[in-house]
Amino acid sequence: MNVTLTVNGTEHTLDVPDNTLLVDVLRGQLGLTGTHVGCDTSQCGACVVHLNGDAVKSCTVLAGQADGAAVTTIEGIGSPDDLHPMQAAFRDNHALQCGFCTPGMIMSAIDLVQKSEGLDEQAVREGLEGNLCRCTGYHNIVKAVLAAQQNMAQGGN
Amino acid sequence: MASQNGIGAAVKRKEDARFITGMGRYTDDLGAHGQTYAMFARSPHARAKIVNIDTAAAAATDGVVAVFTGADLKADGIGDLPCGWLVKSKDGSDMIQPPHPPIAVDAVNYVGEPFALVIGETLAAAKNGAEALSVDFEELPAVVDLASAARTAQIHETVPNNQCYDWELGDKAATDAAFEKAHHVTRMDIVNNRLIPNAIEPRAALGEYDAAAGSHTLHTTSQNPHLERLVLAAFVNVAPEAKLRVISPDVGGGFGSKIFVYAEETAVIWAAGKTRRPVKWTAERSESFLADAHGRDHVTHAELALAEDGEFLGLRVQTIANMGAYLSTFASSVPTYLYGTLMAGQYKTPAIYVEVQSLFTNTAPVDAYRGAGRPEATFVVERLVETAAREIGMDATDLRRRNFIQPTDFPYETPVALTYDTGDYEASLDKALAHVHYAAFAQRRDASEAAGKKRGIGFSCYIEACGLAPSQVAISLGAGVGLFEVGEVRVDVTGSVTVVTGSHSHGQSHETTFAQIISEKLGVPFENVTVLHGDTGRSDYALGTYGSRSLAVGGSAIVKATDKIIAKGKKIAAYMLDANADDVEFEDGSFNVTDSNQSLTFAEVAFAAYVPAKYPLDELEPGLSEKAFYDPPNFTYPAGAHVCEVEVDPETGVVEVVQFVAVDDFGNIVNPMVVEGQVHGGLAQGIGQALLEHGVYDDTGQLLSGSYMDYTMPRADDLPSFTVDTTTTPCTHNPLGVKGCGEAGAIGSTAAVINAVTDALGVASIAMPATPETVWRTARGE
Repeated sequence: MNVTLTVNGTEHTLDVPDNTLLVDVLRGQLGLTGTHVGCDTSQCGACVVHLNGDAVKSCTVLAGQADGAAVTTIEGIGSPDDLHPMQAAFRDNHALQCGFCTPGMIMSAIDLVQKSEGLDEQAVREGLEGNLCRCTGYHNIVKAVLAAQQNMAQGGN
Repeated sequence: MASQNGIGAAVKRKEDARFITGMGRYTDDLGAHGQTYAMFARSPHARAKIVNIDTAAAAATDGVVAVFTGADLKADGIGDLPCGWLVKSKDGSDMIQPPHPPIAVDAVNYVGEPFALVIGETLAAAKNGAEALSVDFEELPAVVDLASAARTAQIHETVPNNQCYDWELGDKAATDAAFEKAHHVTRMDIVNNRLIPNAIEPRAALGEYDAAAGSHTLHTTSQNPHLERLVLAAFVNVAPEAKLRVISPDVGGGFGSKIFVYAEETAVIWAAGKTRRPVKWTAERSESFLADAHGRDHVTHAELALAEDGEFLGLRVQTIANMGAYLSTFASSVPTYLYGTLMAGQYKTPAIYVEVQSLFTNTAPVDAYRGAGRPEATFVVERLVETAAREIGMDATDLRRRNFIQPTDFPYETPVALTYDTGDYEASLDKALAHVHYAAFAQRRDASEAAGKKRGIGFSCYIEACGLAPSQVAISLGAGVGLFEVGEVRVDVTGSVTVVTGSHSHGQSHETTFAQIISEKLGVPFENVTVLHGDTGRSDYALGTYGSRSLAVGGSAIVKATDKIIAKGKKIAAYMLDANADDVEFEDGSFNVTDSNQSLTFAEVAFAAYVPAKYPLDELEPGLSEKAFYDPPNFTYPAGAHVCEVEVDPETGVVEVVQFVAVDDFGNIVNPMVVEGQVHGGLAQGIGQALLEHGVYDDTGQLLSGSYMDYTMPRADDLPSFTVDTTTTPCTHNPLGVKGCGEAGAIGSTAAVINAVTDALGVASIAMPATPETVWRTARGE
């Protein structure tokens, strides 16, 4: 089937088998390997991207379901010279170690902050419940999200 | 001066720029031209004979490139996967190592064991091919229960009673005598639950064969690529060492599980040579659960003998350790040299005797997982000590103080073969108690009680041994490899520095902390230092990263190399300044002639080294690149005090960790931000073991906890924020005075949590993990 996706602002039309997952299009066909697969079963959240502005687990979305949609991946939110406030907060708070869960964690955290107001520590912990990290014990991730919330409120994305 | 980014500074990480922007390069992100995909067919049975495998339909499946069985690998001369540590039994006999073919040949012995490999043009084709395999298994009764595993069916023809070894450590007669004169004996039966490591990046491998060069290249998720290469070359016979390059690119967490040489990468790199095509395999999470080496899994009876005043007189420990179906790469060492040797803990217990019987079962192999033996030892000692305090009616912290090894006692030789170099255990405990406001605990407990909740507090004063060493001692005790590390410091022509280390970072931050060492020692700006790791084609043979060794051993090798750089730089500077080399000092990044105002910058000397205009090349070689191997004279001994405070809802059985304080002595610290992060992650894994995680097989050997729906990983809302602090007694025998921090969180915390939960419930013990159901039943006296 033909699928048209606007990924990080660029439109792509791709011919894919019907059972192709969105994450496989992103990683395989578009070479956007920042989105990771940690469990294949929508439990770990390493594959989270934004689909029309909503955080989704791209290992559990068919490419066909995303036909016509705008997809934003970790590669689409900032660059080393122009970081998204959430990316900067992860760096500044040492909220990552091996880095594997990080793209999904950042994409989930951005969605959480954008759709909430006045998140406290507990709300951040509950909001990130769908993303597994094995390295950080979440301590610094929570700190980073709370810090980014402030920065994003002050005019960041 | 380097101090801004030097040793002790909380420098932001170099690694992060690529990881937070999606530019990390993990094994599964890589691809090769003409790449094929591997799918492993795995045993659905815990124990069965392989009567026949019919591969015809699989081979005829659309898109299938090749089908290989264990017999194909064997016929091609591929050897068994070896275990790298020979443990001897009490009677002096060698442990029994059953054959461990990478792909099963005649029998399968755990659910998930690979028995065939299907290679396809696409992953879907490989999966279809694997589905089309026709296998005739003859099922046999599985051995699953560890406690009775020695008295049931025999798994391996060569292993009577399923016993790998029956090991002992310590003085049995002296320990028995200590118990004879005991005023009180505390006795406990302790189960250390099986864990499944679950690095978030699944294991993966990309094998390539270059026919022109006759060489293999394996990209894989390894914590120690040189070890991988050594085993694949010397034992498995995939290729000669010089014709095999192993690269570990970015690796998404290891926690021990990526130390080992597994079936999958072995078969992938071999198949790449056979098919003359690149072969790629990436584990699905269900494969990780089934076939990554698991951790812990002990059944123990332990006894502590005390005098009337609480003095520890003796400790007796009998442990049955689960090896799983085969011996994984370092499995034999974990419940012995990394476990029995830690039984003194922080205490002056004069007599200790440890017996460990290691048994095979029809479960996934068990090997090192974060802490590796030391969490199990800490759990035994600290559960016993806390329980003894309750039994004799003494405050648990006072009983510990009564028995601590004192700062004046170091170096301290334990009765279980270690010599601790330094420490101040009371300092860590004091600091932890201040953080946790111990004096006010009784009020907090009353407040909880009034609200219908039960509050408890638990302690754990752990010690660990890191930077496994020295090589000669380890080899004499059965290690099959040396335990040194290599560091190479290449000063570039313009004065920037490239460091090549044999250590590997899969989250530990070497690119940052090792650059801090260079910046401090050589005065080179932090941003001008690049650290390379994880490639047998770049670094000399070394041992990689495990056992919290990277800084203590790998960092020390780098310091030794910088010493050589400075020594040579002084000679070059002396020629350039017409001075005596003995009169040249190196400080703050410049070479100065004493008692003069003559000096050269580090960059000027580096340039002169490579543009050798003014020194005699017959006396001094050109260039400024030095390498050092470092073999530690002893372990390092990080230690600390962990305190956990919980509130239990007896109506639901839910345990809330309301406070967790960890005060650790890691010696000197290079980057406190990184160290705190390491502790946080370890705590999460230790608390996870206590409250959430459990690898469970049913009695037929089927893995019940084989997905994230069944195996409870700690999530953000399961954990509190932690209070983390340090005390410092520098290691006395390495040049940085460092001890290692990677495992401490997982070693100390589990006992603290269970001590807190049992305190809250007023019970002697509770099974791990203390899930709400278990807590609820225990609270009801069931």
